[in-house]
Amino acid sequence: MTKTSHAPHALLHRVAEATGRDAVPFTIDGVPASALAGDTVLTAVLTQCAQLRRNEFSGLPRAGFCMMGACQDCWISTGDGERLRACSTFIAPGMALLTGKNVA
Amino acid sequence: MTAAGELRPVVVGAGPAGVRAAQTLVAHGLRPVVIDEAPRAGGQIYRRPPASLAQRNAKTLYGFESKRADALHAAFDGLRGRVDHQPDSLVWNAQDRQLDVMHGPTHGSRQVPYSHLIVATGATDRVLPVPGWTLPGVYTLGGAQVALKFQGCAIGRRVVFMGTGPLLYLVAYQYAKAGVEVAAVLDTARLSDQVAAAPAMLTQPAVFAKGVYYVGWLRAHGVALRSGVRPLRVTGDGTQGRVTGVAWQDGGKERTLDCDAVGFGYALRSETQLADLLGCRFEYAPLHRAHLPVRDAAGRSSVAGVYLAGDGAGIMGADAAEWAGERAALALLADNGIAVDAARAAQLEHRLGRLAGFRRGLERAFPVPHDWAAHAPDDLVVCRCENVTAGTLRQTVAGAGADELNRLKALSRVGMGRCQGRMCGVAAAEILAHATQQPLQQVGRLRGQAPIKPIPIRLVPADRSGA
Repeated sequence: MTKTSHAPHALLHRVAEATGRDAVPFTIDGVPASALAGDTVLTAVLTQCAQLRRNEFSGLPRAGFCMMGACQDCWISTGDGERLRACSTFIAPGMALLTGKNVA
Repeated sequence: MTAAGELRPVVVGAGPAGVRAAQTLVAHGLRPVVIDEAPRAGGQIYRRPPASLAQRNAKTLYGFESKRADALHAAFDGLRGRVDHQPDSLVWNAQDRQLDVMHGPTHGSRQVPYSHLIVATGATDRVLPVPGWTLPGVYTLGGAQVALKFQGCAIGRRVVFMGTGPLLYLVAYQYAKAGVEVAAVLDTARLSDQVAAAPAMLTQPAVFAKGVYYVGWLRAHGVALRSGVRPLRVTGDGTQGRVTGVAWQDGGKERTLDCDAVGFGYALRSETQLADLLGCRFEYAPLHRAHLPVRDAAGRSSVAGVYLAGDGAGIMGADAAEWAGERAALALLADNGIAVDAARAAQLEHRLGRLAGFRRGLERAFPVPHDWAAHAPDDLVVCRCENVTAGTLRQTVAGAGADELNRLKALSRVGMGRCQGRMCGVAAAEILAHATQQPLQQVGRLRGQAPIKPIPIRLVPADRSGA
Protein backbone atom coordinates (compact mmCIF):
# COMPACT_ATOMS: atom_id res chain seq x y z
CA MET A 1 0.00 0.00 0.00
CA THR A 2 1.46 3.30 -1.04
CA LYS A 3 0.55 6.76 0.03
CA THR A 4 0.84 9.20 -2.84
CA SER A 5 1.55 12.64 -1.53
CA HIS A 6 -0.02 15.67 -3.11
CA ALA A 7 2.43 17.15 -5.56
CA PRO A 8 1.44 20.76 -6.29
CA HIS A 9 3.43 20.96 -9.53
CA ALA A 10 2.34 17.63 -10.96
CA LEU A 11 0.79 17.56 -14.42
CA LEU A 12 -0.92 14.20 -14.11
CA HIS A 13 -3.33 13.24 -11.35
CA ARG A 14 -4.28 9.76 -10.31
CA VAL A 15 -8.03 9.26 -10.52
CA ALA A 16 -8.08 5.45 -10.35
CA GLU A 17 -5.88 2.59 -9.13
CA ALA A 18 -4.01 4.91 -6.80
CA THR A 19 -3.81 2.39 -3.98
CA GLY A 20 -2.95 -1.27 -3.51
CA ARG A 21 0.11 -1.23 -5.76
CA ASP A 22 3.73 -1.74 -4.81
CA ALA A 23 5.93 1.32 -4.42
CA VAL A 24 8.83 1.71 -6.85
CA PRO A 25 11.70 3.91 -5.63
CA PHE A 26 13.55 6.02 -8.19
CA THR A 27 15.01 9.52 -8.46
CA ILE A 28 14.01 12.66 -10.34
CA ASP A 29 16.96 15.01 -10.86
CA GLY A 30 18.73 13.31 -7.98
CA VAL A 31 15.83 13.66 -5.56
CA PRO A 32 14.34 10.42 -4.20
CA ALA A 33 10.82 9.76 -5.44
CA SER A 34 8.31 6.96 -5.37
CA ALA A 35 6.15 5.60 -8.17
CA LEU A 36 3.66 2.74 -8.35
CA ALA A 37 4.26 -0.61 -10.02
CA GLY A 38 2.76 -0.46 -13.51
CA ASP A 39 3.50 3.24 -13.95
CA THR A 40 5.18 4.27 -17.14
CA VAL A 41 8.22 6.50 -16.72
CA LEU A 42 5.98 9.32 -17.98
CA THR A 43 3.39 8.70 -15.27
CA ALA A 44 6.03 8.25 -12.58
CA VAL A 45 7.60 11.63 -13.36
CA LEU A 46 4.57 13.71 -14.29
CA THR A 47 2.55 12.75 -11.21
CA GLN A 48 5.31 14.58 -9.30
CA CYS A 49 6.54 17.35 -11.58
CA ALA A 50 5.64 19.14 -14.77
CA GLN A 51 8.23 18.20 -17.39
CA LEU A 52 10.22 15.33 -18.84
CA ARG A 53 12.81 17.22 -20.85
CA ARG A 54 13.58 20.44 -22.66
CA ASN A 55 13.17 20.85 -26.38
CA GLU A 56 16.59 21.02 -28.04
CA PHE A 57 15.62 24.00 -30.20
CA SER A 58 13.53 26.23 -27.93
CA GLY A 59 14.93 25.15 -24.57
CA LEU A 60 11.36 25.05 -23.29
CA PRO A 61 9.94 22.26 -21.17
CA ARG A 62 8.11 19.34 -22.74
CA ALA A 63 5.98 16.65 -21.18
CA GLY A 64 5.04 14.31 -24.03
CA PHE A 65 2.01 14.66 -26.27
CA CYS A 66 0.56 11.52 -27.88
CA MET A 67 1.13 8.94 -25.09
CA MET A 68 1.29 6.16 -27.70
CA GLY A 69 4.83 6.06 -28.96
CA ALA A 70 4.30 8.19 -32.06
CA CYS A 71 5.24 11.82 -31.28
CA GLN A 72 8.67 11.06 -29.76
CA ASP A 73 8.30 14.10 -27.49
CA CYS A 74 8.57 12.24 -24.18
CA TRP A 75 12.17 11.04 -24.32
CA ILE A 76 13.84 11.47 -20.94
CA SER A 77 17.50 11.17 -20.00
CA THR A 78 18.88 8.83 -17.40
CA GLY A 79 21.86 9.47 -15.17
CA ASP A 80 24.04 7.19 -17.30
CA GLY A 81 23.29 8.98 -20.54
CA GLU A 82 20.63 6.68 -21.90
CA ARG A 83 17.39 8.05 -23.35
CA LEU A 84 14.04 6.40 -22.62
CA ARG A 85 10.73 6.95 -24.38
CA ALA A 86 8.79 7.71 -21.23
CA CYS A 87 5.28 6.80 -22.43
CA SER A 88 6.23 3.28 -23.40
CA THR A 89 8.85 2.37 -20.79
CA PHE A 90 7.79 1.11 -17.37
CA ILE A 91 9.37 2.57 -14.26
CA ALA A 92 11.86 0.26 -12.57
CA PRO A 93 13.45 0.47 -9.11
CA GLY A 94 16.52 2.66 -8.98
CA MET A 95 15.99 4.53 -12.23
CA ALA A 96 17.75 7.90 -12.13
CA LEU A 97 15.83 10.30 -14.38
CA LEU A 98 16.85 13.79 -15.43
CA THR A 99 14.17 16.27 -16.54
CA GLY A 100 16.35 19.30 -17.21
CA LYS A 101 14.09 21.40 -15.00
CA ASN A 102 17.01 22.75 -13.00
CA VAL A 103 18.83 23.80 -16.15
CA ALA A 104 17.87 27.24 -17.38
CA MET B 1 -1.17 -23.52 -54.83
CA THR B 2 0.86 -23.48 -51.66
CA ALA B 3 0.83 -25.98 -48.83
CA ALA B 4 -0.24 -24.36 -45.58
CA GLY B 5 3.01 -25.48 -43.94
CA GLU B 6 5.10 -23.41 -46.35
CA LEU B 7 3.32 -20.19 -45.52
CA ARG B 8 4.91 -17.89 -43.02
CA PRO B 9 2.40 -15.09 -42.56
CA VAL B 10 3.24 -12.17 -40.33
CA VAL B 11 0.65 -9.80 -38.87
CA VAL B 12 1.95 -6.37 -37.84
CA GLY B 13 -0.22 -4.83 -35.14
CA ALA B 14 -2.40 -6.50 -32.50
CA GLY B 15 -5.36 -4.15 -32.43
CA PRO B 16 -8.84 -5.09 -33.66
CA ALA B 17 -7.66 -5.76 -37.24
CA GLY B 18 -4.51 -7.67 -36.36
CA VAL B 19 -6.18 -9.87 -33.75
CA ARG B 20 -9.03 -10.91 -36.07
CA ALA B 21 -6.56 -11.51 -38.90
CA ALA B 22 -4.40 -13.74 -36.70
CA GLN B 23 -7.44 -15.60 -35.37
CA THR B 24 -8.65 -16.30 -38.92
CA LEU B 25 -5.24 -17.58 -40.03
CA VAL B 26 -5.07 -19.88 -37.00
CA ALA B 27 -8.58 -21.18 -37.67
CA HIS B 28 -7.30 -22.34 -41.08
CA GLY B 29 -4.29 -24.17 -39.71
CA LEU B 30 -1.60 -21.49 -40.01
CA ARG B 31 0.69 -20.25 -37.26
CA PRO B 32 1.21 -16.53 -37.84
CA VAL B 33 3.80 -14.32 -36.24
CA VAL B 34 2.07 -11.34 -34.57
CA ILE B 35 4.34 -8.37 -33.95
CA ASP B 36 3.04 -5.52 -31.82
CA GLU B 37 4.58 -2.48 -30.19
CA ALA B 38 2.41 -2.81 -27.09
CA PRO B 39 3.09 -5.19 -24.21
CA ARG B 40 -0.45 -6.62 -24.46
CA ALA B 41 -2.75 -7.09 -27.45
CA GLY B 42 -5.79 -4.85 -27.92
CA GLY B 43 -4.51 -1.88 -29.90
CA GLN B 44 -5.11 1.67 -28.76
CA ILE B 45 -8.89 1.51 -28.51
CA TYR B 46 -8.95 -1.68 -26.46
CA ARG B 47 -5.61 -1.06 -24.80
CA ARG B 48 -5.19 -3.13 -21.66
CA PRO B 49 -3.66 -1.62 -18.54
CA PRO B 50 -0.59 -3.29 -17.03
CA ALA B 51 -1.38 -6.30 -14.83
CA SER B 52 -0.76 -4.32 -11.64
CA LEU B 53 -3.64 -1.98 -12.48
CA ALA B 54 -6.40 -4.52 -12.05
CA GLN B 55 -9.04 -2.67 -10.05
CA ARG B 56 -11.20 -1.38 -12.89
CA ASN B 57 -13.47 -3.74 -14.80
CA ALA B 58 -14.04 -3.70 -18.56
CA LYS B 59 -17.20 -1.63 -18.15
CA THR B 60 -15.25 1.12 -16.41
CA LEU B 61 -12.36 0.96 -18.87
CA TYR B 62 -14.22 0.62 -22.14
CA GLY B 63 -17.79 1.79 -21.42
CA PHE B 64 -20.24 0.80 -24.16
CA GLU B 65 -17.35 -0.95 -25.92
CA SER B 66 -16.67 -3.30 -22.99
CA LYS B 67 -18.20 -6.37 -24.61
CA ARG B 68 -16.23 -5.84 -27.81
CA ALA B 69 -13.05 -5.23 -25.83
CA ASP B 70 -13.58 -8.35 -23.76
CA ALA B 71 -14.33 -10.40 -26.86
CA LEU B 72 -11.23 -9.19 -28.67
CA HIS B 73 -8.97 -9.78 -25.68
CA ALA B 74 -10.46 -13.24 -25.15
CA ALA B 75 -10.01 -14.05 -28.85
CA PHE B 76 -6.34 -13.21 -28.68
CA ASP B 77 -5.79 -14.94 -25.34
CA GLY B 78 -7.39 -18.02 -26.92
CA LEU B 79 -4.67 -18.08 -29.57
CA ARG B 80 -1.89 -18.57 -27.01
CA GLY B 81 0.47 -21.27 -28.20
CA ARG B 82 -0.90 -21.11 -31.72
CA VAL B 83 0.59 -17.77 -32.73
CA ASP B 84 4.14 -16.52 -32.35
CA HIS B 85 3.29 -13.34 -30.43
CA GLN B 86 6.12 -10.81 -30.29
CA PRO B 87 4.97 -7.97 -27.98
CA ASP B 88 6.94 -4.81 -27.18
CA SER B 89 8.36 -5.09 -30.68
CA LEU B 90 8.75 -2.42 -33.33
CA VAL B 91 8.94 -3.24 -37.03
CA TRP B 92 11.36 -0.54 -38.15
CA ASN B 93 12.22 -1.68 -41.66
CA ALA B 94 10.97 -4.00 -44.39
CA GLN B 95 13.12 -5.23 -47.23
CA ASP B 96 13.48 -8.39 -49.32
CA ARG B 97 10.67 -10.26 -47.57
CA GLN B 98 12.27 -9.62 -44.19
CA LEU B 99 11.16 -7.34 -41.39
CA ASP B 100 13.68 -5.73 -39.10
CA VAL B 101 12.20 -5.91 -35.62
CA MET B 102 13.46 -4.34 -32.43
CA HIS B 103 12.39 -5.57 -29.00
CA GLY B 104 11.89 -2.31 -27.10
CA PRO B 105 12.94 -3.17 -23.54
CA THR B 106 16.20 -4.91 -24.54
CA HIS B 107 16.93 -3.15 -27.86
CA GLY B 108 17.40 -6.64 -29.25
CA SER B 109 17.04 -6.65 -33.02
CA ARG B 110 16.20 -9.53 -35.28
CA GLN B 111 15.08 -10.21 -38.83
CA VAL B 112 11.71 -11.83 -39.29
CA PRO B 113 11.14 -13.39 -42.71
CA TYR B 114 7.62 -13.52 -44.10
CA SER B 115 5.86 -15.11 -47.03
CA HIS B 116 2.81 -12.88 -46.61
CA LEU B 117 2.16 -9.81 -44.55
CA ILE B 118 -0.97 -8.31 -43.02
CA VAL B 119 -0.30 -4.71 -42.15
CA ALA B 120 -2.59 -3.50 -39.35
CA THR B 121 -0.65 -0.53 -38.04
CA GLY B 122 -3.54 1.59 -36.76
CA ALA B 123 -3.71 5.32 -36.32
CA THR B 124 -2.85 8.29 -34.17
CA ASP B 125 -4.64 11.59 -33.61
CA ARG B 126 -4.82 13.99 -36.54
CA VAL B 127 -3.32 17.21 -35.27
CA LEU B 128 -3.74 20.76 -36.50
CA PRO B 129 -1.54 22.83 -34.20
CA VAL B 130 -2.76 25.78 -32.17
CA PRO B 131 -0.40 28.34 -30.61
CA GLY B 132 0.69 26.97 -27.23
CA TRP B 133 0.23 23.30 -28.20
CA THR B 134 3.79 22.47 -27.11
CA LEU B 135 3.12 23.53 -23.49
CA PRO B 136 3.31 20.77 -20.88
CA GLY B 137 -0.29 19.80 -20.14
CA VAL B 138 -1.46 19.77 -23.76
CA TYR B 139 -2.06 16.25 -25.06
CA THR B 140 -3.86 14.66 -27.95
CA LEU B 141 -7.38 13.39 -27.31
CA GLY B 142 -6.08 9.86 -27.76
CA GLY B 143 -3.24 10.63 -25.37
CA ALA B 144 -5.65 11.96 -22.76
CA GLN B 145 -7.61 8.73 -23.12
CA VAL B 146 -4.50 6.54 -22.83
CA ALA B 147 -3.50 8.34 -19.62
CA LEU B 148 -6.86 7.49 -18.10
CA LYS B 149 -7.33 3.97 -19.46
CA PHE B 150 -3.78 2.68 -19.25
CA GLN B 151 -2.52 4.56 -16.20
CA GLY B 152 -5.56 5.68 -14.21
CA CYS B 153 -4.41 9.29 -14.55
CA ALA B 154 -6.03 12.50 -15.73
CA ILE B 155 -3.98 15.03 -17.71
CA GLY B 156 -5.11 17.82 -15.34
CA ARG B 157 -7.63 18.83 -12.70
CA ARG B 158 -9.65 21.17 -14.90
CA VAL B 159 -9.48 20.12 -18.53
CA VAL B 160 -10.67 21.63 -21.81
CA PHE B 161 -11.23 19.32 -24.77
CA MET B 162 -10.91 20.96 -28.17
CA GLY B 163 -10.92 20.14 -31.88
CA THR B 164 -13.45 17.88 -33.52
CA GLY B 165 -14.34 14.25 -34.16
CA PRO B 166 -16.15 11.51 -32.27
CA LEU B 167 -13.28 11.15 -29.80
CA LEU B 168 -13.83 14.73 -28.60
CA TYR B 169 -17.09 13.92 -26.82
CA LEU B 170 -16.11 10.37 -25.88
CA VAL B 171 -12.96 11.43 -24.03
CA ALA B 172 -14.74 14.38 -22.37
CA TYR B 173 -17.41 11.95 -21.17
CA GLN B 174 -14.83 9.46 -19.90
CA TYR B 175 -13.00 12.20 -17.98
CA ALA B 176 -16.19 13.57 -16.44
CA LYS B 177 -17.25 10.04 -15.45
CA ALA B 178 -13.86 9.57 -13.77
CA GLY B 179 -14.54 12.62 -11.64
CA VAL B 180 -12.36 15.11 -13.49
CA GLU B 181 -13.69 18.63 -13.99
CA VAL B 182 -14.30 19.18 -17.71
CA ALA B 183 -14.24 22.95 -18.10
CA ALA B 184 -15.56 22.91 -21.68
CA VAL B 185 -15.79 20.96 -24.91
CA LEU B 186 -14.94 23.21 -27.85
CA ASP B 187 -15.90 21.75 -31.23
CA THR B 188 -14.74 23.39 -34.45
CA ALA B 189 -17.64 21.73 -36.27
CA ARG B 190 -20.91 23.60 -36.34
CA LEU B 191 -24.15 22.23 -35.03
CA SER B 192 -25.50 22.52 -38.58
CA ASP B 193 -22.75 20.13 -39.76
CA GLN B 194 -24.00 17.54 -37.32
CA VAL B 195 -27.64 18.06 -38.26
CA ALA B 196 -26.82 17.76 -41.96
CA ALA B 197 -24.89 14.56 -41.30
CA ALA B 198 -27.61 12.89 -39.26
CA PRO B 199 -29.25 10.92 -42.10
CA ALA B 200 -25.95 9.30 -43.11
CA MET B 201 -25.01 8.69 -39.47
CA LEU B 202 -28.32 6.95 -38.84
CA THR B 203 -27.22 4.10 -41.09
CA GLN B 204 -25.37 2.96 -37.95
CA PRO B 205 -28.04 3.77 -35.37
CA ALA B 206 -26.22 2.23 -32.40
CA VAL B 207 -23.06 4.23 -33.04
CA PHE B 208 -25.09 7.36 -33.66
CA ALA B 209 -27.01 6.81 -30.43
CA LYS B 210 -23.79 6.53 -28.41
CA GLY B 211 -22.58 9.87 -29.77
CA VAL B 212 -25.91 11.50 -28.92
CA TYR B 213 -25.73 9.93 -25.47
CA TYR B 214 -22.27 11.37 -24.70
CA VAL B 215 -23.34 14.85 -25.77
CA GLY B 216 -26.58 14.61 -23.79
CA TRP B 217 -24.81 13.29 -20.70
CA LEU B 218 -22.22 16.08 -20.79
CA ARG B 219 -24.92 18.72 -21.21
CA ALA B 220 -27.01 17.23 -18.42
CA HIS B 221 -23.98 17.36 -16.14
CA GLY B 222 -23.42 21.02 -16.79
CA VAL B 223 -20.39 20.76 -19.07
CA ALA B 224 -20.13 23.77 -21.39
CA LEU B 225 -20.41 22.57 -24.99
CA ARG B 226 -19.54 25.03 -27.74
CA SER B 227 -19.62 24.33 -31.46
CA GLY B 228 -18.42 26.29 -34.46
CA VAL B 229 -15.41 27.63 -32.55
CA ARG B 230 -11.98 28.59 -33.89
CA PRO B 231 -9.24 27.75 -31.37
CA LEU B 232 -6.92 30.75 -30.97
CA ARG B 233 -4.32 29.67 -28.43
CA VAL B 234 -3.45 27.74 -25.33
CA THR B 235 -2.01 30.13 -22.78
CA GLY B 236 0.77 29.29 -20.35
CA ASP B 237 2.62 30.92 -17.51
CA GLY B 238 5.78 32.01 -19.26
CA THR B 239 8.87 29.88 -19.64
CA GLN B 240 7.93 27.46 -16.86
CA GLY B 241 5.16 26.63 -19.26
CA ARG B 242 2.14 25.41 -17.41
CA VAL B 243 -1.19 25.58 -19.18
CA THR B 244 -3.31 28.35 -17.68
CA GLY B 245 -6.18 28.55 -20.16
CA VAL B 246 -7.48 28.55 -23.70
CA ALA B 247 -8.75 31.25 -26.01
CA TRP B 248 -11.08 30.74 -28.93
CA GLN B 249 -13.23 32.69 -31.31
CA ASP B 250 -16.95 32.18 -31.18
CA GLY B 251 -19.29 34.16 -33.42
CA GLY B 252 -16.71 36.89 -33.99
CA LYS B 253 -15.93 37.31 -30.28
CA GLU B 254 -12.84 36.15 -28.44
CA ARG B 255 -13.59 33.98 -25.42
CA THR B 256 -11.24 32.68 -22.78
CA LEU B 257 -11.44 30.05 -20.09
CA ASP B 258 -9.06 28.99 -17.31
CA CYS B 259 -7.89 25.40 -17.25
CA ASP B 260 -4.73 23.46 -16.39
CA ALA B 261 -4.75 20.95 -19.25
CA VAL B 262 -6.00 20.62 -22.82
CA GLY B 263 -6.82 17.53 -24.85
CA PHE B 264 -7.16 18.20 -28.55
CA GLY B 265 -7.27 16.59 -31.97
CA TYR B 266 -9.21 16.39 -35.21
CA ALA B 267 -10.16 12.71 -35.53
CA LEU B 268 -7.45 10.27 -36.62
CA ARG B 269 -4.75 9.76 -39.24
CA SER B 270 -3.42 6.45 -40.54
CA GLU B 271 0.02 5.06 -39.72
CA THR B 272 1.16 4.30 -43.28
CA GLN B 273 4.96 4.23 -43.03
CA LEU B 274 5.30 0.45 -43.21
CA ALA B 275 3.00 0.19 -46.24
CA ASP B 276 5.17 2.86 -47.84
CA LEU B 277 8.43 0.97 -47.18
CA LEU B 278 6.81 -2.14 -48.63
CA GLY B 279 6.24 -0.29 -51.90
CA CYS B 280 2.45 -0.15 -51.73
CA ARG B 281 0.87 2.25 -54.20
CA PHE B 282 -0.74 5.29 -52.58
CA GLU B 283 -3.59 7.43 -53.80
CA TYR B 284 -5.15 10.60 -52.51
CA ALA B 285 -8.38 9.79 -50.67
CA PRO B 286 -10.57 12.93 -50.51
CA LEU B 287 -12.73 11.57 -47.68
CA HIS B 288 -9.68 11.13 -45.47
CA ARG B 289 -7.89 14.25 -46.78
CA ALA B 290 -4.79 12.07 -47.00
CA HIS B 291 -2.75 9.88 -49.33
CA LEU B 292 -3.45 6.29 -48.41
CA PRO B 293 -2.18 2.90 -49.55
CA VAL B 294 -4.61 1.46 -52.08
CA ARG B 295 -6.46 -1.74 -51.12
CA ASP B 296 -9.15 -3.75 -52.87
CA ALA B 297 -12.40 -4.66 -51.12
CA ALA B 298 -10.68 -7.69 -49.57
CA GLY B 299 -7.64 -5.77 -48.34
CA ARG B 300 -5.07 -6.68 -51.00
CA SER B 301 -2.51 -3.93 -51.51
CA SER B 302 -0.81 -3.24 -54.84
CA VAL B 303 2.08 -5.49 -53.76
CA ALA B 304 1.59 -9.25 -54.07
CA GLY B 305 1.49 -10.91 -50.66
CA VAL B 306 0.91 -7.67 -48.74
CA TYR B 307 -2.54 -7.07 -47.24
CA LEU B 308 -3.84 -3.96 -45.47
CA ALA B 309 -6.44 -3.93 -42.72
CA GLY B 310 -7.86 -1.50 -40.21
CA ASP B 311 -7.30 2.18 -39.59
CA GLY B 312 -3.72 1.99 -40.88
CA ALA B 313 -5.04 2.11 -44.43
CA GLY B 314 -7.85 4.62 -43.89
CA ILE B 315 -9.84 5.54 -40.80
CA MET B 316 -12.98 3.41 -40.58
CA GLY B 317 -13.10 2.65 -36.86
CA ALA B 318 -12.67 -0.39 -34.64
CA ASP B 319 -15.65 -2.46 -35.77
CA ALA B 320 -14.63 -2.10 -39.40
CA ALA B 321 -11.07 -2.97 -38.43
CA GLU B 322 -12.21 -6.31 -37.00
CA TRP B 323 -14.07 -7.11 -40.21
CA ALA B 324 -11.23 -5.92 -42.42
CA GLY B 325 -8.69 -7.97 -40.48
CA GLU B 326 -10.73 -11.13 -40.93
CA ARG B 327 -11.42 -10.31 -44.59
CA ALA B 328 -7.75 -9.72 -45.35
CA ALA B 329 -6.80 -13.01 -43.73
CA LEU B 330 -9.43 -14.83 -45.81
CA ALA B 331 -7.97 -13.20 -48.93
CA LEU B 332 -4.46 -14.31 -47.96
CA LEU B 333 -5.72 -17.86 -47.46
CA ALA B 334 -7.71 -17.96 -50.68
CA ASP B 335 -4.80 -16.50 -52.65
CA ASN B 336 -2.80 -19.53 -51.51
CA GLY B 337 -5.38 -22.07 -52.50
CA ILE B 338 -6.72 -22.68 -49.00
CA ALA B 339 -10.49 -23.16 -48.94
CA VAL B 340 -12.36 -20.38 -47.14
CA ASP B 341 -16.02 -19.61 -46.51
CA ALA B 342 -16.86 -17.44 -49.51
CA ALA B 343 -20.20 -16.42 -48.04
CA ARG B 344 -18.47 -15.11 -44.92
CA ALA B 345 -16.01 -13.18 -47.07
CA ALA B 346 -18.87 -11.64 -49.02
CA GLN B 347 -20.71 -10.78 -45.81
CA LEU B 348 -17.66 -8.97 -44.42
CA GLU B 349 -17.22 -7.00 -47.64
CA HIS B 350 -20.90 -6.10 -47.58
CA ARG B 351 -20.62 -4.80 -44.01
CA LEU B 352 -17.51 -2.80 -44.84
CA GLY B 353 -19.21 -1.35 -47.90
CA ARG B 354 -22.24 -0.29 -45.89
CA LEU B 355 -20.03 1.50 -43.42
CA ALA B 356 -18.68 3.79 -46.14
CA GLY B 357 -21.84 5.91 -46.08
CA PHE B 358 -21.64 6.26 -42.32
CA ARG B 359 -18.00 7.24 -42.63
CA ARG B 360 -18.94 10.02 -45.04
CA GLY B 361 -21.53 11.15 -42.52
CA LEU B 362 -18.91 11.32 -39.78
CA GLU B 363 -16.68 13.48 -41.95
CA ARG B 364 -19.63 15.77 -42.57
CA ALA B 365 -20.51 15.94 -38.88
CA PHE B 366 -16.93 16.63 -37.80
CA PRO B 367 -15.22 18.28 -40.77
CA VAL B 368 -11.56 19.22 -40.49
CA PRO B 369 -11.50 23.04 -40.51
CA HIS B 370 -10.51 23.60 -44.13
CA ASP B 371 -9.52 27.20 -43.43
CA TRP B 372 -7.07 26.19 -40.71
CA ALA B 373 -3.96 27.10 -42.77
CA ALA B 374 -5.32 30.53 -43.68
CA HIS B 375 -5.61 31.39 -39.98
CA ALA B 376 -2.34 29.81 -38.76
CA PRO B 377 -0.15 32.71 -37.53
CA ASP B 378 3.45 32.94 -38.75
CA ASP B 379 4.87 32.28 -35.28
CA LEU B 380 2.88 29.06 -34.84
CA VAL B 381 5.17 26.10 -34.21
CA VAL B 382 4.10 23.48 -36.77
CA CYS B 383 6.87 20.92 -36.16
CA ARG B 384 7.20 20.34 -32.44
CA CYS B 385 10.33 18.19 -32.84
CA GLU B 386 12.45 20.91 -34.42
CA ASN B 387 10.40 24.04 -33.76
CA VAL B 388 9.72 24.89 -37.40
CA THR B 389 7.10 27.63 -37.65
CA ALA B 390 4.33 28.31 -40.15
CA GLY B 391 6.21 31.49 -41.09
CA THR B 392 9.36 29.50 -41.93
CA LEU B 393 7.30 27.19 -44.13
CA ARG B 394 5.74 30.14 -45.96
CA GLN B 395 9.15 31.80 -46.44
CA THR B 396 10.51 28.53 -47.81
CA VAL B 397 7.66 28.37 -50.29
CA ALA B 398 8.10 32.01 -51.30
CA GLY B 399 11.91 32.12 -51.28
CA ALA B 400 12.89 28.70 -52.59
CA GLY B 401 9.79 27.86 -54.58
CA ALA B 402 9.09 24.64 -52.71
CA ASP B 403 5.77 23.33 -54.00
CA GLU B 404 5.95 19.68 -52.93
CA LEU B 405 5.99 18.34 -49.39
CA ASN B 406 9.29 16.43 -49.51
CA ARG B 407 10.99 19.47 -51.07
CA LEU B 408 9.58 21.61 -48.26
CA LYS B 409 10.89 19.03 -45.79
CA ALA B 410 14.36 19.07 -47.31
CA LEU B 411 14.56 22.85 -47.16
CA SER B 412 12.84 23.62 -43.86
CA ARG B 413 13.30 20.35 -41.91
CA VAL B 414 9.55 20.12 -41.24
CA GLY B 415 8.79 16.42 -40.78
CA MET B 416 12.47 15.58 -40.42
CA GLY B 417 12.50 15.33 -36.63
CA ARG B 418 12.10 12.27 -34.48
CA CYS B 419 8.39 11.82 -35.14
CA GLN B 420 9.02 11.82 -38.91
CA GLY B 421 6.02 14.00 -39.59
CA ARG B 422 3.46 12.01 -37.64
CA MET B 423 2.43 15.11 -35.67
CA CYS B 424 3.19 17.89 -38.19
CA GLY B 425 2.72 16.24 -41.59
CA VAL B 426 -0.99 16.97 -41.90
CA ALA B 427 -0.48 20.62 -40.92
CA ALA B 428 2.57 21.11 -43.14
CA ALA B 429 0.64 19.80 -46.15
CA GLU B 430 -2.28 22.15 -45.39
CA ILE B 431 0.05 25.16 -45.11
CA LEU B 432 1.90 24.21 -48.29
CA ALA B 433 -1.32 23.76 -50.24
CA HIS B 434 -2.63 27.10 -48.99
CA ALA B 435 0.62 28.98 -49.64
CA THR B 436 0.97 27.62 -53.17
CA GLN B 437 -2.74 27.80 -53.94
CA GLN B 438 -2.74 24.13 -54.88
CA PRO B 439 -5.31 21.52 -53.96
CA LEU B 440 -4.12 19.33 -51.07
CA GLN B 441 -3.65 16.24 -53.25
CA GLN B 442 -1.11 18.13 -55.41
CA VAL B 443 1.43 18.79 -52.66
CA GLY B 444 2.24 15.10 -52.21
CA ARG B 445 2.94 13.14 -49.07
CA LEU B 446 5.91 12.68 -46.79
CA ARG B 447 7.80 9.56 -47.84
CA GLY B 448 8.35 6.89 -45.23
CA GLN B 449 11.95 6.29 -44.22
CA ALA B 450 13.58 3.44 -42.34
CA PRO B 451 13.87 3.29 -39.41
CA ILE B 452 10.22 4.28 -39.22
CA LYS B 453 10.66 5.16 -35.55
CA PRO B 454 13.87 6.06 -33.71
CA ILE B 455 16.07 3.12 -32.76
CA PRO B 456 19.39 3.18 -30.92
CA ILE B 457 22.43 3.34 -33.19
CA ARG B 458 23.82 0.27 -31.48
CA LEU B 459 21.25 -2.49 -31.65
CA VAL B 460 21.88 -5.70 -29.78
CA PRO B 461 21.78 -8.93 -31.81
CA ALA B 462 18.74 -10.84 -30.55
CA ASP B 463 20.77 -13.89 -29.47
CA ARG B 464 22.61 -11.76 -26.91
CA SER B 465 19.74 -9.52 -25.81
CA GLY B 466 17.60 -12.18 -24.21
CA ALA B 467 14.73 -10.86 -26.32
